[in-house]
Amino acid sequence: MMGTVTEAGTRVLLDSESHAWLDDLRAEGKRRDEAVARLRALLVRAARFEIARRRPSLPHIRGSELAEIAEEAADDAAVSVLAKLDDFRGASRFTTWAYKFALLEAAVKLRRRAWQGRELPLEPEGWTLVPSRAPGPAETAEQGALLAAIQEGIETALTPRQRTVLVALALNGVPIDVLAERLETTRGALYKTVHDARKKLRTHLTKAGFDLDAFEEGTE
Amino acid sequence: MTPELSSELVRLLGPGEAEFGCDACFAELDRYVELDLAGEDADRIVPGMRAHLRGCPACREEHDSLRALLASEPANPEGRTP
Repeated sequence: MMGTVTEAGTRVLLDSESHAWLDDLRAEGKRRDEAVARLRALLVRAARFEIARRRPSLPHIRGSELAEIAEEAADDAAVSVLAKLDDFRGASRFTTWAYKFALLEAAVKLRRRAWQGRELPLEPEGWTLVPSRAPGPAETAEQGALLAAIQEGIETALTPRQRTVLVALALNGVPIDVLAERLETTRGALYKTVHDARKKLRTHLTKAGFDLDAFEEGTE
Repeated sequence: MTPELSSELVRLLGPGEAEFGCDACFAELDRYVELDLAGEDADRIVPGMRAHLRGCPACREEHDSLRALLASEPANPEGRTP
């Protein structure tokens, strides 16, 4: 029977396909081996899907290396899925749940590969807000004042760590996984630093008299 | 406001509302995407997800990939979408 996703986020019944996946992966011997092989094939497909989506932005990486990355991502995802089987509660189909591990592994590997050998712009000194262009004609004086206030806030309201992380991620475009690896922390911990930095920056701007809601109406 | 400036403000200031962290986002991602593809009000049912996806480019990419992957598959015999 097909499970139904409820608003509470759980399925009334685990769908039969997901149930079969769990039974097979928890079995022993040949039945389990075959299920693991099917799982790996599923994960390879997801990893290749992710790589194909990113392929246009990775012209410098050879196809054979991308194929290896797909296999490695599927292997790592399979390890995670098998280790976390008890965490699967049926809030989605099993295959959807498994896919996300392969997509994550492939995405992280590709981001790291794209930045391999590149020096990360971690030093906050010398940066300027919006360095790549002159103000456009549609940019009002108030918007220019906002940018100046943001720059001042980054320089004065944030801790050195918050400044380094926010500048690297938001201004210099360093991927969060790449920065997390370089700073020997986790993506979750780094996002918490970003969240706190943004909160301080917003407080700084509000105290300076800016109505952020009015600006953000144009960002939706 | 120019699109470039809007994008810069979002990157710097974040979503400005209650949001998930990356770990909670990953935990809920499969449910959120399935609800969305099924035509449910995923943002109401999984509050905090949309804001995080606006604030975190990496999680947004993974969300977009999962959504695209599921959308590319033919509905299975038991049906996934209404």
